[in-house]
Amino acid sequence: MRTLLLSAMLGGTLALPAQAADLKVDVEIPRLNAAEYHRPYVAIWIEREDQSVAADLALWYDVDKKDNEGTKWLKDLRQWWRRSGRDHSYPIDGVSGATRPAGRHALSFPGDTSPLAELAPGRYSLVVEAAREKGERELLRLPFTWPAAQPEHAKARGEHELGSVALDLAP
Amino acid sequence: MKSLLSLAAAVAFALPLAAQAHDSWLLPSSTVLSADDAWVTVDAANGNDKFYFNHRPMRLDNLQVAAPDGSTLQPQHVATGQMRSTFDLNLTQSGTYRIAVVNDGVFARWEENGQPKRWFGKPADLDANVPAGAAKLQVSQSHTRVETFVTAGKPTVLKPTGQGLEMVALTHPNDLYAGESANFQLMLDGKPAAGVKVSVVRGGGRYRDQVGEMSLTTDNAGKFSVKWPQAGMYWLDADAEDAKTSVKQAAKRRLAYTATLEVLPQ
Repeated sequence: MRTLLLSAMLGGTLALPAQAADLKVDVEIPRLNAAEYHRPYVAIWIEREDQSVAADLALWYDVDKKDNEGTKWLKDLRQWWRRSGRDHSYPIDGVSGATRPAGRHALSFPGDTSPLAELAPGRYSLVVEAAREKGERELLRLPFTWPAAQPEHAKARGEHELGSVALDLAP
Repeated sequence: MKSLLSLAAAVAFALPLAAQAHDSWLLPSSTVLSADDAWVTVDAANGNDKFYFNHRPMRLDNLQVAAPDGSTLQPQHVATGQMRSTFDLNLTQSGTYRIAVVNDGVFARWEENGQPKRWFGKPADLDANVPAGAAKLQVSQSHTRVETFVTAGKPTVLKPTGQGLEMVALTHPNDLYAGESANFQLMLDGKPAAGVKVSVVRGGGRYRDQVGEMSLTTDNAGKFSVKWPQAGMYWLDADAEDAKTSVKQAAKRRLAYTATLEVLPQ
């Protein structure tokens, strides 16, 4: 609401980032028949065209283990570790969370709050990377333009550690 | 680089050296770690086939491990077996660790009563071990560095030592990825080493017919670039020779640099 008022006051002369556009992510963790199943570690972030990280959205790992021991395997989220993970200390406020079970997980990020409020207009990709103990690794990218001029929907499907991943942008 | 002991043996019997000596390497169990209190184990060996233990262990007398803050890290569980040496490192600091075996030695051969003699050791011990005025005395000096790098958390900048032949990693040595290029600079006593041949070989040679060696040459600024064809553990080697000896009996100094570099998939 504040952003809307502000943009009204400025008469729309400035290209403001993210005029309260919302970003919704739907991530499916597939049900796998594994003799020994551990929930995957998952990182979800927004990537710039040069592959640098514009915003970390979520990190699911063994966040509750004592002495931060759950961080030991974060490097297996290989791309994310290189682009962002190694720059942080743990847990990451507002990003770290527990691993999630098989099923669909809906996340919503309001455009008028951090980190989207600071996201400059441009081309990005939503990236979802999953790595599972005694399992495999998979990474999906969904390109999008920010802010969205009209409702946008993008979808991808993983074959190993991720099911369907959907991105919805509302202007 | 060529292991000094093997080298010494090779020198005594045949030339050229390079064709006779064995290669050396350090092989870390991981190069990129995310734990706060991480461990790596490192193997050290000499042999012909990169990263296969089928010849001799490397001596660890001159092992130096520099922690990210520049302090010296003590290796733990140090052992030398029949075919490899091994040690563990507990990485409690965030940053890049430089693990190196640096040998600075002299090799002498001469004749006594018509019998060939040879000795290998530290420059300071030469006079005590080699008789003054020995017949047909030939002394050569060598400075060799065999190293690898391991990073816990965020990579930190490595400071060059300015001694011997060494590689300055313009691209961080724990930030190497298949399909990308990495830039390095070869230095000799802190100055760019131009026109030096650099050999790069991927491990896992047992499972293919061709070695697939990449042969590069440093430019006028000592720089060279490697485009990594695929992920894997790579062995990088450069050798040089000059006349900057510290013992007066030696006419030549042989220098060698070897690094083990891990290239990760995208």
